[in-house]
Amino acid sequence: MYDISTLFAQLLNGLSYASTLFLVASGLALIFGVSKIVNFAHGSFYMLGAYVALTITSAMPSTSWGFWGGVLLSALIVGLIGCLIEMTVLRRIYSAPEVFQILVTFGLVLVFQNLIYEFWGPDEVLAPRVPGLKGAASIFGERIPQYSLALIFVGPIFLGLLWWLTHRTRWGRLIRAATQDREMVASLGVNQKTLFTVVFFLGTFLAGLAGALQIPKESANLQMDINIVVEAFVIVVIGGMGSILGAFLAAVLVGVINAFGVLFFPQAVSVLIFIVMVLVLIFRPNGLMGGRIIPQRPGDLSIDQPFRLPSKRMKLATLIVIAVLMLLPMVASSYLEVVMSEVFILAIFAGSLHFLLSVGGIVSFGHAAYFGLGSYAAALVATRLGLPMGVGILAAILSGAAGGLLFGWFCTRLKGVYLAMLTLAFAQILFTLSIQMVSFTGGDNGIVGLSRPAWLNSHTGYYYLSLLAVTVSTWLMRRALYSPFGFAFRAGRDSAPRSAAIGMNVARIQWAAFIVSGAFAGLAGALMAYHRGSVFPNDFGVSTTVDALVMVLVGGVQSISGPLIGAFAYHIVAVELIRNLADYWRLILGLFIIAFVLGMPQGIVGAFMHRFGKGEK
Amino acid sequence: MSTLAVNSISKSFFAVKAVQDVSFTVGPGEIVALIGPNGAGKSTCFNMLNGQLRADSGSVVFDGYDITREKPNQIWRRGVGRTFQIAQTFGSMTVRENVQMVLHSVHDRLSGLWTPLVRSYRAEADALLGAVGMQDQAERACCFLAYGDVKRLELAMALANRPKLLLMDEPTAGMAPKERNSLMRLTASLVRERGLSVLFTEHSVDVVFEHADVVVVMSRGKLIAKGKPLEIRDNPLVQEVYLGTGAFLESSEIAQ
Amino acid sequence: MKHGLRKALAVAAMTWLSGGLAAADSIKIGEMSSYSTNPQSTDAYRNGWQLAVKEINDEGGVLGKPLEVISRDDTGKPDAALRAAQELVTNEGVVLLTGTYLSHVAVAVADFAKANKVFFLVGQPQSDTLVWEKGNRYTFRLFNSNRSQVIALAQLASELPAKRWATIAPNYEFGQSAVAGFREELQRLRPDVEFVNEQWPTLGKLEGGATVQAMIAARPDAIFNATFGPDLAKFAREGNMRGLFEDREVYSVLTGLPEYLEPLADEAPEGWTVTGYPVEQIETPEHVAFREAYMDAYGELPKVGSLIGYTEMLAIKAIIEKAGSTDTEALIAAARNVQFGSPVGTLTFRRQDHQSTFAFFIGKLKVEDGVGKMVDWKAYNGADYQLPDDVVKTLRSEEATK
Repeated sequence: MYDISTLFAQLLNGLSYASTLFLVASGLALIFGVSKIVNFAHGSFYMLGAYVALTITSAMPSTSWGFWGGVLLSALIVGLIGCLIEMTVLRRIYSAPEVFQILVTFGLVLVFQNLIYEFWGPDEVLAPRVPGLKGAASIFGERIPQYSLALIFVGPIFLGLLWWLTHRTRWGRLIRAATQDREMVASLGVNQKTLFTVVFFLGTFLAGLAGALQIPKESANLQMDINIVVEAFVIVVIGGMGSILGAFLAAVLVGVINAFGVLFFPQAVSVLIFIVMVLVLIFRPNGLMGGRIIPQRPGDLSIDQPFRLPSKRMKLATLIVIAVLMLLPMVASSYLEVVMSEVFILAIFAGSLHFLLSVGGIVSFGHAAYFGLGSYAAALVATRLGLPMGVGILAAILSGAAGGLLFGWFCTRLKGVYLAMLTLAFAQILFTLSIQMVSFTGGDNGIVGLSRPAWLNSHTGYYYLSLLAVTVSTWLMRRALYSPFGFAFRAGRDSAPRSAAIGMNVARIQWAAFIVSGAFAGLAGALMAYHRGSVFPNDFGVSTTVDALVMVLVGGVQSISGPLIGAFAYHIVAVELIRNLADYWRLILGLFIIAFVLGMPQGIVGAFMHRFGKGEK
Repeated sequence: MSTLAVNSISKSFFAVKAVQDVSFTVGPGEIVALIGPNGAGKSTCFNMLNGQLRADSGSVVFDGYDITREKPNQIWRRGVGRTFQIAQTFGSMTVRENVQMVLHSVHDRLSGLWTPLVRSYRAEADALLGAVGMQDQAERACCFLAYGDVKRLELAMALANRPKLLLMDEPTAGMAPKERNSLMRLTASLVRERGLSVLFTEHSVDVVFEHADVVVVMSRGKLIAKGKPLEIRDNPLVQEVYLGTGAFLESSEIAQ
Repeated sequence: MKHGLRKALAVAAMTWLSGGLAAADSIKIGEMSSYSTNPQSTDAYRNGWQLAVKEINDEGGVLGKPLEVISRDDTGKPDAALRAAQELVTNEGVVLLTGTYLSHVAVAVADFAKANKVFFLVGQPQSDTLVWEKGNRYTFRLFNSNRSQVIALAQLASELPAKRWATIAPNYEFGQSAVAGFREELQRLRPDVEFVNEQWPTLGKLEGGATVQAMIAARPDAIFNATFGPDLAKFAREGNMRGLFEDREVYSVLTGLPEYLEPLADEAPEGWTVTGYPVEQIETPEHVAFREAYMDAYGELPKVGSLIGYTEMLAIKAIIEKAGSTDTEALIAAARNVQFGSPVGTLTFRRQDHQSTFAFFIGKLKVEDGVGKMVDWKAYNGADYQLPDDVVKTLRSEEATK
């Protein structure tokens, strides 16, 4: 149906795009391979590369040398900034569980966004065309920009350079060795600190380079970081975490599939990449070139205190807190009631995440999927079928559970970062569908007009409903946690081999936990939907998940009251920062998250128990 | 009838033949040691018996059932308990909860969502802990135990489903010699008392000769000898294999 | 830094406890927009309304009181916007709400306005659902409707001989409704036209090369474009280099806005027929006054965001003055058919759908002195490109017009 010349041109376009993807993804893969850090700020280094390159290339003579030299110089600067961040921040969290690392790098994303805006301002800027490559070449009658053709070679060149580096130099061999076994390198007497810094330099250099090379194609803008980082992760996962060659193959796969997708299914472009990832992971659970699953490190969530049944004093304290909360509406403004209702609802959501994360050690990085399923189920039941709120909430719980049933089936076949990325992929697919299925979901304008029964219409009424819901949910989740099922789930986290050796089917128990967790997340989604009176695609968004993760970690991973305290603390802080510091809230919130993980990794409740608790040290 | 019959099992990883055509049996109440130098294939062999690896050919029959293609959790339900080279217990639970966890699995009560785990099978758990001398530490968090105590806890957990066969992978690895002997003596007495069969892999020659009824020796993926400890000690083939590494003359330790 | 942070937190804590520090006896306006997530447009918008507020208060305020605008960042999310709305209404006691940047955020706030009976003047969002399907009697919209510009473009496009059209638009509500509206109107006027290719890149993630190639392969006679911002830059540069625009007419929404033309510089695609805002060329006295005041204040030309922000406050002033009070019902009654002057002429809000008659501009792009500008442009009166009343009635609930 298309000429062969069109298909060939499209192949070249795909390869050209693949080069950019590869440069970003290879840096990410390097960093992950050696330091095991899941660097969410990688997109920020890419964006930084673009902005630095704009400033530098405009100061350089506008010749070929000026451009390419400027690009390299920019990448170098980004690499050095990367070094600085590695030495000041990341170095302190290498032994922390991966969720903490993800959060620190997410804090960096916020800081970078704010600082780049401060430095370069809000306007987007497009660089001039590249000297010497301004025109287009004609290939079988199709015109292709010379710069795009040049980019096709950049990917393989850097693949070759990286291969040479990792196979022919001492440092490179160390990087490879460290990718396979971090402890081994330590025993070789290599200064691990220096090695990690070098690798982080290299990784961020590559990200900066990719960003710098992008400026003749795309105007530098403040959304570049978010727009690239998820793609980069998907590519690293498809390729196999830590594998450079895998990242290259995956980049080519995604680039070419994207190019032909544009030709044949332009409507589906936004989900294509995630569908590719799901398919690859079903058939190759460690990605295309991924080796064996990277074992969980000691220092992960698995070493902690037993969950003890609450003492009499604790029960009394809980009752007092509930009583205070019941009396609060007498003195609070309705705004405070609204914010506190949100705290309660988010606490249910964070609690459902806590169940997977802390009890089962499963990083659900797409937890918003269940929240969104719940909110949309409630909205559809209310607006399309006109059924009352009780039915909507029931439908939401069932939808969340059904989501857990479906996604859990896939996800429990995988482990660690792969599992986390697959959950993210499912959430992203739902996010995209909710935008695209306009007639069903209302597209990005969402669904509005969920009405509550009259007796719940006041803020006070809804406050009490949310309070009731969070109390009952937390009680049920506690019950589940102390039950044989909860212990079995935790057993799978503590020791999978032992669990199997005492006759447990770990994957099935985890699957069941996905369903339970999905049901509670669905309930939270429905309560939020009725709280707002509306639902929007952002209910499925990455930021919804990240907020819940921050809440769990701020509160403390190892305590059941962690998500409750975390939801309260984080929501209030975030809301007040946004309200009072319009221009700097991201900077402060980012620094807050980083400082929190560095300074109080056990969370508020954990710190409290450490100080006053009776547990063994 | 033997408790466990291993019938000419083989396993290759790509071109490497890790285990070739190995057969032996473990009789009722018998304690069998599976030994061999590093890389002899004993771990691969061991993992095919407990279900972590699947044999390319041959069969494993336990108690009359063919378990060659079963998974670890299914094999356990047939009555096979095991311990690991690095003790595997549940770090975030108390000592008693660890055993209660196993007992819930024994009684098929894992899916309960209501009654707290700590309320059930408490006496049974304490009895098991008593058998291994851990009753006074029942309330402690498992992750704070001394390693020898973790090993004893693991033993209690492995015995919880009254197995007919106990598989022990390097039971004394990582332990001081004194602890090692007391643990093995405890194991031997429990095993004899309950009439179980045991198959264990081991590096320490002392342990093997003190406790094994039968010794099976592997080298380069093949079974080269089996028999009573004294026969094995005098077997020239075995001596040759071990002299190459020297491991047979002095007890070696796996680096942890 | 540390000291500043501590101070800021102390201030935050104080305001939270005291429920806001109110200046005595002013008219408080609650304003919100996506300042942190979309600064490209909202920075200029904030400059615009701040200028207007200063001018209004220098001239004695409204009903003898100064306007006090309490501004919040909605962070591009409905949740945050709703929370801000609630806080502005209950804690700050604002008399009305205004602003927002993203359509879905406006939809959420409009729903809030309806539920809480608060007057809401939508600023920049262009989604037409705000005044039609999801319109309500508390919500008015200032900027012109997406549809009006698209219809005007389609009418111009119908005079072309082109029969084979390709479209490209970001895959979200704005793009979807722009393409649907253009397509419908063009096919109504020209039943012989066919649409041979539709491209739907994810907003912000257009892959220029492959997308342009796919459009070339479809061999269209003409193209309708609704991409903007970074996507537009990628599309324009790739399209220029690959010859997509040679011998093809391109009809495009938003491309002529200064915020999108500026980054393109001398690569602004010449010959495109675009909607936009020829800010440096509109020489009506009202506009010259606005432009000069803005340049004095900020040292740069206004953007369309500035124009909207500025006009937003003028509209609020006119509505409150006509109402004579800040009572919500009085505001609604006053806003319908209110007449007020703006830099782009006298405007009103239509009674039947609460849509303003904001003007828009269509012209052709030309590069002069290294920058793109609109030439042969014409101002269109928003009043002439509205949906017919009978159609409005079918879309909008009866209650919304009461």
